[in-house]
Amino acid sequence: MTAEKTVNLQINGRFLQAREGMTILEVARREGIPILSLCHHDALEPVGACRLCLVEITHPDWKGWKGLVTACLYPVEEGLCVTTDNEDVRNTRRTVLDLLLARCPQSAVIQELAAEHGVTATSYRKSEVETTCILCGLCVRVCAVKGCSAIGTAGRGIRKAISIPFKQPPPDCIGCASCAHICPTGTIKYRDEGDIRKIWGHSFKMVKCESCGRPIMPEKQLEFEANKSGLHPDYFKVCPACAQQQTVQTIRSSFDMRTVQSGDSAQLAG
Amino acid sequence: MRIKSVKTLESTAKKARGQRSRINTEVLVCAGTGCLANGSLAVAESLRRTIRRRKLDAKLKLKLKTTGCHGFCEQGPLVVIQPKGVFYKGVKPQDTKEIVDRTLVKGEVIERLLYRDPNTKKRVRTYAEIPFYSKQLRIALRNIGKIDPGSIDDYIAAGGYAGLAKALTEMTPGKVIDAVTKSGLRGRGGGGFVTGRKWKTCRNADAETRYVLCNADEGDPGAFMDRSICEGDPHAVIEGMVIGAWAVGASQGYIYVREEYPLAVKHLRLAIEQARERGFLGDDILGSGFSYDVGIARGGGAFVCGESSALMKSVAGEVGEPRAKYIHSVIRGLHDKPTVLNNVETWANVPWIITKGADKFAALGTKRSTGTKAFSLVGKVKNTGLVEVPMGITLREIIFDIGGGIIGDRPFKGVQTGGPSGGCLPEAQLDLPVDFDSLTAAGSMMGSGGMIVMDDRTCMVDVARYFLRFLVDESCGKCVPCREGVHQLHQILEAICAGEGEPGDLEKVESLSETIVKASLCALGKSAPNPVLSTLRYFRQEYQEHINDRKCSAGVCRNLFTFRISEEKCNGCGACVRACPVDCITGELKSLHSIDAGKCTRCGACRNVCRFDAIEVV
Repeated sequence: MTAEKTVNLQINGRFLQAREGMTILEVARREGIPILSLCHHDALEPVGACRLCLVEITHPDWKGWKGLVTACLYPVEEGLCVTTDNEDVRNTRRTVLDLLLARCPQSAVIQELAAEHGVTATSYRKSEVETTCILCGLCVRVCAVKGCSAIGTAGRGIRKAISIPFKQPPPDCIGCASCAHICPTGTIKYRDEGDIRKIWGHSFKMVKCESCGRPIMPEKQLEFEANKSGLHPDYFKVCPACAQQQTVQTIRSSFDMRTVQSGDSAQLAG
Repeated sequence: MRIKSVKTLESTAKKARGQRSRINTEVLVCAGTGCLANGSLAVAESLRRTIRRRKLDAKLKLKLKTTGCHGFCEQGPLVVIQPKGVFYKGVKPQDTKEIVDRTLVKGEVIERLLYRDPNTKKRVRTYAEIPFYSKQLRIALRNIGKIDPGSIDDYIAAGGYAGLAKALTEMTPGKVIDAVTKSGLRGRGGGGFVTGRKWKTCRNADAETRYVLCNADEGDPGAFMDRSICEGDPHAVIEGMVIGAWAVGASQGYIYVREEYPLAVKHLRLAIEQARERGFLGDDILGSGFSYDVGIARGGGAFVCGESSALMKSVAGEVGEPRAKYIHSVIRGLHDKPTVLNNVETWANVPWIITKGADKFAALGTKRSTGTKAFSLVGKVKNTGLVEVPMGITLREIIFDIGGGIIGDRPFKGVQTGGPSGGCLPEAQLDLPVDFDSLTAAGSMMGSGGMIVMDDRTCMVDVARYFLRFLVDESCGKCVPCREGVHQLHQILEAICAGEGEPGDLEKVESLSETIVKASLCALGKSAPNPVLSTLRYFRQEYQEHINDRKCSAGVCRNLFTFRISEEKCNGCGACVRACPVDCITGELKSLHSIDAGKCTRCGACRNVCRFDAIEVV
C-alpha cells in the first residue's frame, strides 16, 4: 500500500489537514462544518446533481481566481481555500432551492429548506406535474449498488423521471425498499401489510422471524441476500433484534455468569 | 493487400497516381447528403449508363466518381468536370445525355446548367470563378468533392497516409506532439483547447492503457461540417487518429458518431475495413511495430453526448450524462483511463500538419487561432453550404462575399455562431475577425462552426426562445440549474413571446442565467443561457418592446403584431390572395388588397410571396 499523503487546506479560515483524495464534503463533515446536500450518501459514489453543496474555492497560486465547485466531488489539494458560506454561495444555493420549490411545491422537505434560505414562495413558474421527486438519483444508485438495478431513469431534461421498465413492476426488484429509505423527500413509498410488502406495483410475501414471528424481509430479498453473501438462507430467518438476543444468550452460556453483570449484557452484545 | 512498409506505401501511391494520370477527364458527381436528397444518385447512375453504353470511358479516358459534399448544397445535385473545373448545378437525370454529348464529347459548356451569380446575375463557368469557392481555403475539407470516399486508393493517390508514414518513420511521438503544438491547432469541436497540450498531458499521464477517440456527435442545429468530412473523406479522420494514437501511445480508439448520420457511419465503417486490410490500422502499422485499432460507437443523437464525459459514458454503454471534470478526461477518461478526444475536423487537420509542416499551418489564420475553420453557412443567406476559411476572416467576408449576402437583399440583422450554446452577433460586429478569442469576447463562441444568418424578419426574442427550447429538450436532466433553470428561462421567454411578459422579467432572466452559468455541472448548462444573454446584450430594445409595448416588429410573435397592406406599395397582383391559407385577403386584381385582421392567423405566407414588400407589420 502506498503511503497516504496529507494535504493542508483551509475551510472558512480554519487550517485543516486531510488525506489526499478526500472530498471537500468529507473533510467538512469530519470537522462538523455544515454543508447542505440532498443527493449525497456516504455509501454511494457522489454525482453532484443537486448543486446544494456548492462552495467557493480559491488558492494562493490561482492569481485571485475563484469559483464554485461541488463539495461532494472536489478532491482537496494542498493550499486549497474553501468558503462554505458567503453571499455568492448563499445566492446560488437560494436560487437552486427556489428552482426546486418550483418543481416540487408540495414537498415538505424542500419547503422547509427553502424557507431556511429565505424562500417562502417560488419566484418561478410552478411545475404542472405534481411531484415531490427532485431527481437526486439516490434511489437508482442505491439499487445499483445493492446489485439489482431494478429502477432507472427515463427521458432527459425536464421530462426526466425515475422510472421502472415499461411502467411494469420491475422484475429485478427484490422489495428491499432501500430506494424508499434513501429518498430524501419521501417520494418513494412502500407499505407492509401483515406479511405482504407492497412496492413498485409488487406484492412481496415476507419471511417471518422464526423467533418472534414479525415479518423481516421479502422472500425474494432473502434469496437474493443469501446468494449474494454465500451465507445459508437460515442465517437470515431470524430478525436482527432476535439474532442479537440469541447471540447474547450464546455468549452468556459460555461465560462464567458470576463475572458478567446483567447491566453489561447489552454492551457485550452490541 | 497489406502495406508493410513506407516504401510499399510510396509505390502504391505512385501506382495510384499513375492510373489517375492516364485519365483525361474526371466526372465528379456529388453524393453528399444534400445532393443525395436532391437525387444525385439517379444522375450518377444515368451518366454511368450513358458513358458505359457508348464506351466513352475507354475512348475519352474518362472516369466517373461519386464524391463527398462539395459544400454548395443548395445548388445540388452538383456535377463537376475536371480538370477544366466545369461546374454544373441542379442537374437532373434528363440532363445527363446532353452533358455527355456536349460537354464530354464536344467540350462545350451547357449554359443553362451553370451557376448564376445572384448578385451579378451572370453565369459562371468554373468552380474557381464562383465567389462561394474562390474565397475559401480548404485544409480539413481538402479532398472532399475530389476523391471517392469509398476508395482508399483514391485517398492514397491524393497523398493520404503519407502523414502517418512520416510520423511513424521520421518522428518520435514527442516530435509529433511538438509539431501539433507548434502548429497552434486548437480543438475544432467547440472548446478551442490547444490540441498539442492535450496530447502531451495524456502522454505524460501514468497509465498502461490510453485511448484516442473521435467526436463525430455533431449536434448543433444547422451544422454539418463533421458529417461532411466523415462522409466525404473518412480516411483523413482515421489517419489523424492513428497519428494521434502514435503520439500519445494509445492502442485502441473509437469514433463516436450519431446514428442519424447513416452515410457517415457507412463510409467510416468501409474506411476502417479498408485501412485494416491495408495495414493502416491493427497490428504493426506500416511495419513500425506500433498497433492501434478503431471501432465505431454509434450514439442515439443526444446533444449532450457531444460533451466529452457524457460521450465517454455513452461509449462505455452507460447513460450519456456528464460528470464533473475536476479531474480531466485526459487523465481519467474512457474506462477511467487517460483519453484524448478530438472532433472530426481537428483530426482531419492533423495529417496535413504532419505532411506540410507545422509552420505552414501556423502561418495561416491569426496568432492565437491558426489554420482554417469549416463553417456551415445557413439561414437567410444567398449561398448556403459548407465553407472553410482561414481564421481571422471577418464575418462580413463570410456572409457577404462567400455567402453572397442576404436573400432578397433584405437588411442583415444578426448571425448566430457556435450553435445553441453560442450567441447572436449584430450588424455592428460584422467586421469582427472570426477566431476563438474574438468571438468569445463578443459574447458568442466559435463552437463547432455553425453559422446561422438572420435578416430583419427574424425576431431575436424568438430566436433565443428557440435555442432555449432546444436546450430544454437536450439537457440530460442530471443537475438542477440546467434542468430546472433552463426550463424556467424558456418559460419566461415563452411568456414574453406570447405577449405575457412582465416588467422585471429581464432582470429575472439575467440573475437566473448567472446562477445557471455558475452552478451547472457541465458545459451544456454553463453555456445554455448564452443565446438569451447575447441577444439581451445586443437586442435589449427588442425584448423591451415585446414586454412594454406588446409588439414584435419583426412580425414573428403572432400575438404581438398584425399585418397590413401598404397603400403605396401594393399593386394588386393577387399573389398574397393565392398564398393566404385562411382566405382573409380580399381585393380586386390591380387594386389595393386588404387583410381581415380578425381572420388572419399571421402565418406570414402573404409576406413571403409579396415581391413589393407591401405587407407591413404593425
